[in-house]
Amino acid sequence: MPELVTRVTVEELPAPSADPITVMRFSGDITSASQPAVMGTYEGLPDSVKRILLDFSKVEYLNSSGIALVIQMMIAASKKGQKINSFGLSPHFKKVFTMVGITKYTALHEDEASACAGF
Amino acid sequence: MSNKATGISDKPTGSGRASSSSIELRLPSRLGYEKVAMNTAASVARLMGFSDERVDDLKTAVAEACINAMEHGNKLDEALSVGVILSMDANSLEVKVTDNGDGPQSKTDAPDIDKKMMGEEEARGMGMFLIQALVDEAEWVSDPPEGSYARMVIHLDHPHV
Repeated sequence: MPELVTRVTVEELPAPSADPITVMRFSGDITSASQPAVMGTYEGLPDSVKRILLDFSKVEYLNSSGIALVIQMMIAASKKGQKINSFGLSPHFKKVFTMVGITKYTALHEDEASACAGF
Repeated sequence: MSNKATGISDKPTGSGRASSSSIELRLPSRLGYEKVAMNTAASVARLMGFSDERVDDLKTAVAEACINAMEHGNKLDEALSVGVILSMDANSLEVKVTDNGDGPQSKTDAPDIDKKMMGEEEARGMGMFLIQALVDEAEWVSDPPEGSYARMVIHLDHPHV
């Protein structure tokens, strides 16, 4: 049972009176094997990006190594002064993200609209 | 979370559990195969009547225990297998995850997200903490030369918070 490939698509949502929001939409598994997909995609974003939205709604499996990748991305974003919001996590993974303290650095929203409004 | 049994020991405890039935799996030490154990444990827990929330808790705990066994216990040597033994009785489900290693190298302390963000603590290393936080009982037993195991239990009548 190989791990499912991590897919990340990037989309830019224009915001009329503010910086655009860059959405990273994840699908498949997020595990230790996801480093190139997750960090590679993040590192490919232009430095001008200020607001990043993480969409977990199509993620099928997430483990502690995958959570560590999200933390790595938050560390890099923090150094660049970027803000990260998230949505699409199941109630279980909202609980897990809260347990490990990630919620101190990214707000977890119910849906995309509230996550965009939360910037 | 209260009334939880946790610990790291060099003596087997909890083995010899009188169970009415059990299921055993042997997995290759290859990342990804933890999902076989995770989904089997989830199926058994659902059949026993555990809530969706408890099933999700167990899935994450079993996956993390298997990953630890593959990575740290068996050093990802695919010639070595990870054993998973699910034992059911009327009120509880016990999952033991065995490997050929010397026991856990990491710790069950809660991760310090500020230290991780400052680069003072590795981003990884949260597996044992999550296991302990998500099940009703968790222990890690080093039993050389036999190997080591993680033991997790969830109780049907335990109001997990």
